[in-house]
Amino acid sequence: MNDTKKKAGISDLLWKLGPLMVLALLFIIFTIALPGKFLSIANMMNILKQTSINCLIAAGMLLTLITAGIDLSVGYNAILSTCLIGVMMQNGITNPVLLIVAAIALCTFCGFMNGTLYTRLDLPHPYVSTLGMKFVLWGMALLITNSQTIGFNNKGIDPVLWIGKATLFSFGFPVSFILVIIVYFIFHVFLNHTALGRQIYCVGGNPEAARMSGIRSKDVLTIVYTISGFMCGVAGVVLAGRLNSANTASAANFDTDAIAACIIGGASFRGGKGTIWGSMIGALLIATIRDGLNLFGAGNDIQYIVIGSVIILAVTLDVFRGKAEAKARKMAAVTK
Amino acid sequence: MAEYVVELKHVTKRFPGVIAMHDMHIQIKPGEIHGLIGENGAGKSTLIKVLTGVYIPEEGEIYVDGQKVSFANPVQAREAGIACVYQELNIVPMLPVVDNVFMGRNEHKPNGLLDYPRMHKEAHEALTTLGHPEVDTHIECGKLGMGLQQMVEIAKAVSLKAKLLIMDEPTSSLGEQEVKQLMTTVRKLKSQGIAILFVSHKLEELFELCDRVTVMRDGEHIDTRDIADWNNDSLIQAMVGRSLENQFPKEFGKKGECMLECRHLKELGVLKDVSFKAYGGEILAFAGLVGAGRTETMRALFGADPLDGGEVYVKGKKMNFKNPGQAIRAGIAFLTEDRKGQGLVLSLSVKTNIILANMRRFKKGFLLDNGEIERNSQQRIKELRIKTPTAEEVVSQLSGGNQQKVVIGKWINCDADIYIFDEPTRGIDVGAKVEVYNVMNDLVKQGKCVIMVSSELPEVLGMADRVVVMREGEVMAEIDRDSAHFNQEDIMKAAWGGKIA
Repeated sequence: MNDTKKKAGISDLLWKLGPLMVLALLFIIFTIALPGKFLSIANMMNILKQTSINCLIAAGMLLTLITAGIDLSVGYNAILSTCLIGVMMQNGITNPVLLIVAAIALCTFCGFMNGTLYTRLDLPHPYVSTLGMKFVLWGMALLITNSQTIGFNNKGIDPVLWIGKATLFSFGFPVSFILVIIVYFIFHVFLNHTALGRQIYCVGGNPEAARMSGIRSKDVLTIVYTISGFMCGVAGVVLAGRLNSANTASAANFDTDAIAACIIGGASFRGGKGTIWGSMIGALLIATIRDGLNLFGAGNDIQYIVIGSVIILAVTLDVFRGKAEAKARKMAAVTK
Repeated sequence: MAEYVVELKHVTKRFPGVIAMHDMHIQIKPGEIHGLIGENGAGKSTLIKVLTGVYIPEEGEIYVDGQKVSFANPVQAREAGIACVYQELNIVPMLPVVDNVFMGRNEHKPNGLLDYPRMHKEAHEALTTLGHPEVDTHIECGKLGMGLQQMVEIAKAVSLKAKLLIMDEPTSSLGEQEVKQLMTTVRKLKSQGIAILFVSHKLEELFELCDRVTVMRDGEHIDTRDIADWNNDSLIQAMVGRSLENQFPKEFGKKGECMLECRHLKELGVLKDVSFKAYGGEILAFAGLVGAGRTETMRALFGADPLDGGEVYVKGKKMNFKNPGQAIRAGIAFLTEDRKGQGLVLSLSVKTNIILANMRRFKKGFLLDNGEIERNSQQRIKELRIKTPTAEEVVSQLSGGNQQKVVIGKWINCDADIYIFDEPTRGIDVGAKVEVYNVMNDLVKQGKCVIMVSSELPEVLGMADRVVVMREGEVMAEIDRDSAHFNQEDIMKAAWGGKIA
């Protein structure tokens, strides 16, 4: 009895570490296959730099997935904040604090609207409100920029760009990834050690039980989408520095990348599960695959095919795991 | 032709820890309307599921037209000529009548496409034999009234050439006129030689419609008689007549002040007029049939469903709650009937579920005090004897009884004064039941107010200090423990709408 329990514990742990093991495996493969190219500090730092925007957006996305929802507006929400910075700059506002606060405030408000539309109009699924919002924000971004790309070089807003552009230490650790680590640590504490964080899991796992236990499910959901919007704002600020410009066309994969990171990291569309560190591993996995394939000289075509396959594989493994658990439970019930 | 269209002999169905049906037998003659009645949990649903191939019994034999059969799945039962119209209709409201009649099977043209002209014709024929040629088979089912939707469901069974049609409480959601319509149809089916197994909670319907009636209790066959040999009293006697063993460790508290009072609660279509008072130090039970409005009363006073009228007083103060959070802060705990759906987050740990209803209690500044949570959950696990390897165990892994104790632990953490237990012992084993009763005893002895909604009369009689009997959204009777009417027969009479002498 004790033995099987221990075994179950170990295999459970292996499953949980699954994505991390895949990441490690991938590192080994790329290191061997790309001698001298893949495993260098410069390349590692590049991966971190590549992944930070996805990490920031995925953090907010994770919350919506835990509540069995989704936020499809994240990409254009982030773009809108970059565009707002650009437009404000064109109008002579260069105070970095003001720019950052305005950008994040706008995105937070858009997130709040996502949540409000979903919960107060009783829309059937956040797919509806956030899909609609995606197009609205896309249009707004085009509108305020006149569909023009706005360059940020030498326009006096370097402090804003610093976050997305700068690196620290002799080996060039990206500031944006330091931001990611800080944000993820805060999210970890928030999700696991605050009442609201636990309530998010409860609402995701069983909204009716949460309501009957006095948790205001609608308020919790609204907050979740607001936070997702906030994270888009942060990502938008980083994006300004990374691209050195505000460009409405750059949002192409932000939403699907973030969802993929969370799902690979163990979140489920059915809600109730997912961890912030899982999402980070998921995001790193995606970035590593892109990076490695790039070094192989593979283009976007191959990258998309591989990443798509990895998503399906990751979720398939998760489903298998669920079935195995259910079977083990049944066996235990029979022997009892 | 065999004497019986369907016959069951010595059928036993077990579930882990429970015998749902034991040595059951029933014989249904061709073209008879056979009534089936029993208390909630008497095993009627199990019988239906065995007949329709949903459950596979461990022991016993099933005969159709004298031939021994065994159903591995519902499709086989359907092919053998047994059809069922469930209480909850299996209708797709967005689809036209014809598609609903042909759900799960279809008529093809030689080219492989659906032969809609023929399907329409057959659906129309089926509805005509039921006496409803006026139903347009092109119309969306959802646009029909409940009675006609049911006709569509019956048409589905008829067009399958059913020999036995099982109807599970078919009148429960129908209006008076629709019930008459249904009875005409049932008699029509009978005249065509189709046997009907008519499951109902309403005695008057059985007397009006049935040729014979079978009574079940505790998963067993009690008696089958021609309808002429039954009367109201003998039916009720047969349904409830079981000896009360001493499984109820009743202890008495000291009756205190009035903790909760409801005046004229109304909820359209659900509650007509519900008034009662509940006191500290006593267990107030709510008895009645399923659907009598007991759970709805509790949900409404708890703020889970909106009220259309009436007042709720907690300790003399008027408080109509807008949401469960307000009710909880006012000291009310509600252990819902549907543990898994409404009481627990199954995918989360014992620990998280135990703090679910009162997280602010465990706050230290911004963060949750994990040490305090750990200490508290250990204490609850110990005092409620929750059998779980650790406090981190996911709740879905626990047995029903232990899950119920986790729910109790959750509410004890709220320091409530008023505890509403809705069907607190449903689906849990005898040992765990006694422990749940002991929790109630403890609460009452601490002067707390306990309200227990229960469909099990022995439990009501065993544990209650006072009983409120409800029927169709109204309070029918209020009976004290020391009253002469505090017995099964009188409570059942009130629940069935009779007068207590």
